[in-house]
Amino acid sequence: MADPQTLNETLQSQIGEQDGAREKLLRLCRQNKLAVVSAVVILLILLMAVFAPLIAPYGEAEQDALNRLQPPSAEHWFGTDELGRDVFSRVLYGSRLSLAIGILPSIVSLAIGILAGLLAGYFGGWLDYIIMRIADVMLSIPSLLLAMVVMYTLGSSTVNLFVALSMVGWASVARVVRSQTLSIKESEYVEAARSIGVSRWTIMRRHILPNCIPSLIVLFTLNVPSAILSESSLSFLGIGAQPPAASWGLIVNQAKQFLFTQPWLCLAPCVAIMIVVLAFNFLGDGLRDVLDPYRKNQ
Amino acid sequence: MAEANEILLQAKGLTKVFSTGRKGQVVHAVSQVDLTIYRGETLALVGESGCGKSTLGRTLIRMLPATAGQVLFCGQDITAMNDKQFRPLRRRLQMVFQDPYASLDPRMKVRDIIAEPLDTYRVCPSRDETTRRVLELMQAVGIPAEFLNRYPHQFSGGQRQRIGIARAIALQPDLIVCDEPVSALDVSVQSQVLNLLKDLQQQFGLTYLFIGHDLSVINFIADRVCVMFLGTVCEISPKEELYARPLHPYTSFLLDAIPKADPHQRDRHRQVLAGEVPSPLDLPSGCCFRTRCPYATDRCAAERPALRPVGDRLVACHRAEELQLGG
Repeated sequence: MADPQTLNETLQSQIGEQDGAREKLLRLCRQNKLAVVSAVVILLILLMAVFAPLIAPYGEAEQDALNRLQPPSAEHWFGTDELGRDVFSRVLYGSRLSLAIGILPSIVSLAIGILAGLLAGYFGGWLDYIIMRIADVMLSIPSLLLAMVVMYTLGSSTVNLFVALSMVGWASVARVVRSQTLSIKESEYVEAARSIGVSRWTIMRRHILPNCIPSLIVLFTLNVPSAILSESSLSFLGIGAQPPAASWGLIVNQAKQFLFTQPWLCLAPCVAIMIVVLAFNFLGDGLRDVLDPYRKNQ
Repeated sequence: MAEANEILLQAKGLTKVFSTGRKGQVVHAVSQVDLTIYRGETLALVGESGCGKSTLGRTLIRMLPATAGQVLFCGQDITAMNDKQFRPLRRRLQMVFQDPYASLDPRMKVRDIIAEPLDTYRVCPSRDETTRRVLELMQAVGIPAEFLNRYPHQFSGGQRQRIGIARAIALQPDLIVCDEPVSALDVSVQSQVLNLLKDLQQQFGLTYLFIGHDLSVINFIADRVCVMFLGTVCEISPKEELYARPLHPYTSFLLDAIPKADPHQRDRHRQVLAGEVPSPLDLPSGCCFRTRCPYATDRCAAERPALRPVGDRLVACHRAEELQLGG
């Protein structure tokens, strides 16, 4: 068998490879500039959301009756709305709710969808039938409509908005995970794992789930912006976040009546929505490339 | 040949039937197979595509549940066990797969692929210990140690198959079912992998069930050969005797189909089988080879030939003694 000296050296060189990992990361960043820029933008917006009270020049609901509907100026970068509130500050505060509602329900629906899809795909039979028929029902109703129904039933509140959007997204995730599971479970490497005696749960965790990740990342990065858009739509329709809380959709809702006279009121939250949605999409594309093992070290 | 005739694994009347989804219709993949594998030998399983070789191999090590019959492993009936009872035996029955590109998880590093069986049974007390053992296994199959953290796609087909072999021997199993392990490889690489399998067999005292269809590969690796046709065993013989004088008509057709690298034999008359393979959905009565066999008699249609000893060989043909078949 191998002599311990060379084995030790190999173990050492393995540790040395950690330094190479940093170089690899740098190279990947260079290859995916758009994704890196998107990640930076998302990070900046997240930081702005977290530190909104420190950055915002005015309070979330601070009114100034003397300066209503002002155009953008040095004091009010994005102008003021009909109650004299600073739109820049409102957009900053609104990013907290909009981003949270974009990301958290997406994570929840991703988790539910992964579990449902894995169970349906791997075990099949009646379990598959039941899960997928529920998913079909969910998918047959337009997601915005479904969210509206949930909001009407549970009542308009921020918590219910989370619940509604979490319930909407999981079915499409479950479908994708199920179809991936079905094909991966027939692969020889899963059969190899079974021949070794690896348990079902470990096979799902170690073999099937990691091989679903590229599609899941794409789904997640599509779910986040669509959840942000759903939130905006619901708030715009008046059944999402309730004033005086600020969310981007709510700001647009209140600004829509001044669309032709004071268009900047709408512009700021809309541009914010657009930037976040685009950034998530670009980041998703970049991540998918990086996480694809076939493209590594080319 | 196996010196000490210790029986490692024995199948009795093993049958595997798949339902087609249509009511009452079934595919007879493996029917009534009796088979004995001795410790330390290489038993080759040959036959044409779809004859149930792989299904038999998988059913023997319980990768597929048997429909009927028994499989005795070291005297214990593994078909009658539940999963929990079978689990300690699972590690002693391992497998090498046909496609080295599909049988390794593309998202796992070589270290983790080879470590998977070790981790599953917690063979090594620590992670470093596992890595040491993985390096030993890599050395045993001839993969350089510095490739420890590479991904499967960075290797050639032959190297991948070596990784697959390292994974199969990691638990020091008694029996390894090799399901056409070299048929997806370049001819130049095939012999390297076959030599590796032979070396490892000597080194670790392994027993192989080698599934294949390339008779020259079988000739190189096997001690005994089991010829299958349509889910049944035609003949089980020591390699030399089988190649020199086949007892079953189907064996003789198979041997005759080997391309000869001799231009003088180019014009020789080749025996060609008439007709098509019968459908496994609807097996013929009696001997399932009789519809294509030029020597078939009424008895072959009426009575299914049992696998019976002729000398030190086993053959399932009513006319085995009277026929003088050429290799």
